[in-house]
This record gives sequence, structure tokens and C-alpha cells, in this order.
Amino acid sequence: MRETGEKEASVRAIIEELCVDGRKKPRELIPFLQKVQARLGYVPAEVLREAAGVFGVPEVEMYAVATFYHQFRLQPPGEHRIKVCLGTACHLMGGQRILDWFGRRLDVREGQTTADGKFTLERVACVGCCALAPVVVVDEKVEGKVSPTRADGILLSLGVKPEAMKPKQPESA
Amino acid sequence: MEAFEHIPLITVGTATCGRAAGALAVLQAIREEIARRDLLVEVQEVGCLGHCYAEPLVTVRRPGFPALCYGPLDEDRARRLVTDFLIGDDPCLEYALAALEPNDLFPALEEFPRGACERRVILALCGLINPEDLDAYLVHDGYAGLARALEMSPEEVVGEIVRSGLRGRGGAGFPAGEKWEACARAPAPARYVICNGDEGDPGAFMDRALMESNPHQLLEGLIIAAYAVGARKAIIYVRAEYPLAVARVERALEQARERGLVGKGILGTGFDLEVEVFQGAGAFVCGEETALIASLEGRPGVPRPRPPYPATSGLEGLPTLVNNVKTLSYVPHILRRGAEWFRSLGTANSPGTAVFALAGKVANPGLAEVPMGTTLRQLIFEVGGGIRQDKQFKAVQIGGPSGGCLPESALDLPIDFDSLSEAGAMMGSGGVVVLDEEDCVVETARYFLEFTRQESCGLCSFCRLGTAHLLERLTALTRGEARLEDLDRLYDLAEDVRAGSLCGLGQTAPNPVLTTLRYFRAEYEAHVKEKRCPALACRDLVLYCILPERCSKLCNLCVGSCPAGAVITRPDLLKAIDQAKCVKCNQCLVTCPPEYRAVVKLSPPQLPPEGDAGHG
Repeated sequence: MRETGEKEASVRAIIEELCVDGRKKPRELIPFLQKVQARLGYVPAEVLREAAGVFGVPEVEMYAVATFYHQFRLQPPGEHRIKVCLGTACHLMGGQRILDWFGRRLDVREGQTTADGKFTLERVACVGCCALAPVVVVDEKVEGKVSPTRADGILLSLGVKPEAMKPKQPESA
Repeated sequence: MEAFEHIPLITVGTATCGRAAGALAVLQAIREEIARRDLLVEVQEVGCLGHCYAEPLVTVRRPGFPALCYGPLDEDRARRLVTDFLIGDDPCLEYALAALEPNDLFPALEEFPRGACERRVILALCGLINPEDLDAYLVHDGYAGLARALEMSPEEVVGEIVRSGLRGRGGAGFPAGEKWEACARAPAPARYVICNGDEGDPGAFMDRALMESNPHQLLEGLIIAAYAVGARKAIIYVRAEYPLAVARVERALEQARERGLVGKGILGTGFDLEVEVFQGAGAFVCGEETALIASLEGRPGVPRPRPPYPATSGLEGLPTLVNNVKTLSYVPHILRRGAEWFRSLGTANSPGTAVFALAGKVANPGLAEVPMGTTLRQLIFEVGGGIRQDKQFKAVQIGGPSGGCLPESALDLPIDFDSLSEAGAMMGSGGVVVLDEEDCVVETARYFLEFTRQESCGLCSFCRLGTAHLLERLTALTRGEARLEDLDRLYDLAEDVRAGSLCGLGQTAPNPVLTTLRYFRAEYEAHVKEKRCPALACRDLVLYCILPERCSKLCNLCVGSCPAGAVITRPDLLKAIDQAKCVKCNQCLVTCPPEYRAVVKLSPPQLPPEGDAGHG
């Protein structure tokens, strides 16, 4: 309960802070959602509900925008975000295998967060480093020419224990 | 620049591609070594030189030596470069890539086959100047194009662009001058100019490189465009996936404002212009101009039917000129050197140069700028250095998800806007992805359809449902679950999606399918008739196995490399793969030492040899 109270307070504080001058134009909606996400790591439903009034649009339109764009997350991300690039070059150079590899090691599917909340595994359309494919963005850092061995190195550097990376039985189809 | 005559200058390419290769660590190592040795050396960050295959790239200009470019460097080599070259007199030629100018010591960039093909206009300063320093741009005649434009009337500036024959570099190749004219003539109280920096094509990265390496060039083009069409407000729309590009464009804008190049009374004239940077929020369709405008207005980025074109009715209903980053980057050069100069480059109907992003199985991926009319063969084999690891060329995918896959027979095609559309591909934003014998064209077409289906905004049913159906059929093909008549249905459906969609995304989404069907039908048929992937690329149609006669028995590398515990040691110590457990991650094949090469990929009808686990 305490957590919910805190969250509500922080949502209100953010809306007040980002909307000091009151009513906003629709033009400012995407930059506003970007600021919220930069602060909280995601866009909570409360923000969409509360901010609808500030922008003078129905709540459903707030959702339409927040869900249309890939950038916005409606759920809190894990502590670390691993984004595997699946642009054309990365795809050809084995990006999918890297995504699968992380998925196996962390036991999550693309778009999910690990049970302990430590890692979120995502795919991105293209980060524009095609010459260094396959590319992975770990938090904000871009890593080029990622091999499965390098993927393990990344996980080790983020605190995953080697014993947690032992071969697992493949999921039964 | 004068100071560099006396003290050495080291530049490190820290565009996103350089950073991905470890440029920031190299930069830090250089700075530390210089500090530790208490040397008087200037260190600067620069953008991308285009030779991405050799990143991290470092250039050293030391008086008495030609400017030398080194790469790929790591921290140790970077430190050695400081000690051996800047303290000693050894220029460490063993790490050098090329010299920047012809000299007697080391071959220069222009002496390579690549250099002979290239003709750099908008890439000319990329990777050579500090993108965060306005003076670095001014020294190279930066903003001279703007100064000249401001001496002309807006009509004359539009006329210059019309005469140059510049065609929009965002993809479709629409004549830029015509767009400018339409916007300038539309009667309205105000106008907008938008720079479209929402480069979403997977496989293309030149807009990112331009924004990170020479943001002032783009800004200058934008200001000239605004002056020409009579806009007082301009917006630079950049993909949020490019945080460094956003930061460098914002920095450039700030500097331009401080120097009176943006704001009120630009360069002492009566021309005012406000410029802002807007970050996209991740939607490929927003590269389409009406969708881009919708997202600027705080709505989902859904395109609308044209006409009216944005040039007459765009943002907030006002005439809005939308031009790509590359298009605007050409503008200062055209104003400075004149329309005739621009027309002297390239082909009659596609004047100028084209910037290509080379990626995929090419030996030297990176950015290249060549005159329009250069052939694909020159681009791939001379500029790109041919195919990696001496594999066979299979196809070239040009124009991103909207483009097509062209076969070997198309390699001598001179590339310009018109020749590519005739071949079924398109210029797109200039992404060139090379496929080798190990890539499957069916799987590649499937990949593009997966992308376009996901990125379809869903407004028109042809695009929303059509791409989903195309994807479904292609997926079935890659699994060996399709029938021969599916190929004809695939073709018909692709034609329908092309004809029935509202915007460029849907109209061009079937291109990968249509071109691969046209040029590689035999490969499709193998997937259908033999349930076999000739390139051994489709996951569901291949399996891995270990050839007993090549297995060394005593080496356990494959066992250790397997993340699924699928490689087992048989009682006779030979290794085998448990097909039920194998996740086809390719690791055993990569790990098996080259002297054995015991792990192989097979596609039906070949089956693993007797005795392999799971098939014994």
C-alpha cells in the first residue's frame, strides 16, 4: 500500500512539474511522454489518465499515442535493458541467434522482464550500426560484433552468476 | 586550424558506430597516456569517416608527417601510438589504414579501389571535423552557401535548386525544386520546413552518420530551405533511437543560435527563423511525410491520403516542406558551387552523388558516396571489397524493406533512381545489404515482411491484412509447409497489396517478395518441392550433425559450447548431437576447430549419419 501511495504522489508531482503552465497543446504530447519515461522508465497508466485533462484530449487518445509508438513502455522495465538489434544486417549476421541466446540464458522471451526484475530483453528495429552487426544495446551502451560468448560476458559483467548460465533443457514445444 | 601546424592533433571517431566498436575506451586511453607523459597534443572527437569496418578509427596529424588514419585500434595500440609516434618518431605503420592525402610514406585513401570510386560531397567532412565545433565547419566554407542564398531573392534560391535537378534522397526521388516551388507558392500566413531525420530503414545509417558527423551542414541546408520557401519556423525530426544524433544536432543548433545563424535577423538580414528538434518515438511509418506530421501534432503516426500534399497543406494545415537529411545536406553545396556543378555529377535524370550504407556479407561495410550511375558491382566489389571470407555473392538487397533483392545479373546496373525501379528495387534511403551463398532469399523476404507487418500502422486493410498474409505464407515456405500453388497466390497477393495501399509503406512492402520470386524462383521451389533450404539458412529445414570421420574424439570444445546440453560424448568418445535437444544456435559449428570442421549443417533429404543420437 505504501508503495502505491508513493507512486501516486510521484505521478502527481511529475505531472505538476512537467505541466507547470497548465493546459498543453497536443503538439507537446510526445515530448511529455518521453520526459515521463526518461524519469520513471515507463509511462504508468495513472499518468495517461491524469495528463489527459492537461492536454484536453480523451484518455483513449492518450492510450492510442502511447501504444502506437514502440518507444513507450506501459510496464516498468527491469534494472538492465538488453536490446538486441534485428535490423537487416544484424538479422543476416545472426541477430536472432543472439536474441535467442539471451532468452535462453535469462529464461525470458523477447519483451519480457526476468522474474527477479533484473533484466528486460527487447528487440530493436535498427540502431544504425549495421557495419558492426550483430549489435546489442545494453542499457545505453552500444556493443558491436556480439557473439554468444560476448553475450555471456555481458551477462557476467551485469552480475549474472556463471552457475546460472548452465545448459538448460530446451522448452518442450 | 593554425595551431595544428605546430602541435600534433589526434582525432578519434566517436559516432555511434565508433562507440559500438570501443572508440570511447580508445579515446580515454589516448587522453590518459598524453596526460601521463605530459605531452602537448590536441585531442578531438570527430564523426564517422565511413570506414566502419576499421573502427575504432584514430587519425594522427603530426607536423612533418602525412595525416595518417589508424584502425581498428584497441587501448593498447592507441597508447603505443602516443608513445611511439608522438614521443618517438615511429608512425606505427603496422596499424595504419591509410593516409588522408597522397604522400611518399603510405598509400592514401584515394589510391584504394574504393577511393577511386568515391566522390565525396556531403560526406566530405564527416570523420574529419569536430561536429561540436562550429568553427571547424566555418573553416571549410561552412555557411557560405547560406550567405550566398541571403544575397539572392527567395525565388532565385528556389530557382537554383530547380536548375540543379536535385531529387529527394529520402527514397522516392521526387524533384526537390518542384516541392520547394509548390511550398513557396502556396498562399498562407506562415509556413514550416521539416527535416526528416526519422531514418527507420533497417540497414541504412547514413542519416545518423550525417547528423552525428556534420550537423551544421544539415542545419545550413535547412536554413536555406526556410529562407527560400518563406518559412519562419523549422523542425528537425530525429529518431529517438539515435540519441547521439539528437545531442549533436541540438548542440549545433545552440551554437548557430549564439552566432546569429538561427533566430532573429540572420546574418544581419531581415530573415528570422526559429528551429527546434523533435524526437520521434519509434515508428517506421513516420518516415512517410504525412505520418511524420501526424506524430508532430501529437497523434499516432498514421498517414493520410495525398493530395493535398504537405507542401501546400501540412503541419497545422500550413504549407510544409519536408526534406530528408541528405537532401538538405546537398543544399549548401549547390548554393555555394552552383546548379551547373551539381548537374555535372551523376546521370542526366539523377544528378549528383548517392550515399550508400554498405552492410551484410560485404568485406568492408561502411558508408560510401559515389556519383549516381556507379554500378552495383563497383559498389560491392570495389568500394565494399567484395564478399566476406571469399564466399559466393548471392544477392543484393537495396532500398531497405521497401526495396528489392537483385541477383548477380543486375550487378552491372548503373544505380540511379530510375534504373533501380525498372529492376524492381528502389533507391530508398540507400541501404545496401549484401547476401552471400549462406543467406536464403525466402528467409530474407520473410524477414522484411515481418518488419513491414509489424510497422504497418494498420489504417488500410491491404497493408494490415495483406502483409500479415504474405508473412504467413513466407513463414510456411521457410518451414517447408507450403504448396506449389502458394507461390502464385503469393505473387497475386503481393500485387494486390502494392496496388491497394495508401502510403509508401504498403505500396512497397511486397517488393522483397516480388523481386525474390522474379529472380530466385528455383530457391522458392526447392523449399516447396524438396522441403529443402539450398542456402542451409532456414532453421526448420536444417539440422546440425557431427561427422564421425572428422571428429577428433579428444577435443571437447563442441560439448562445452552447447548452451542446451545437446552435444554428447558417445561411448566410443566420438561426439554426437541429440537432435531433440539441439536449439540450432550454430555454436558447435563455430567452435569446432578449423583443422577438424567436423560439425556440418544439412538440409533434407540429407539426414545425419548413422549413429547420431536421436536418429540411431
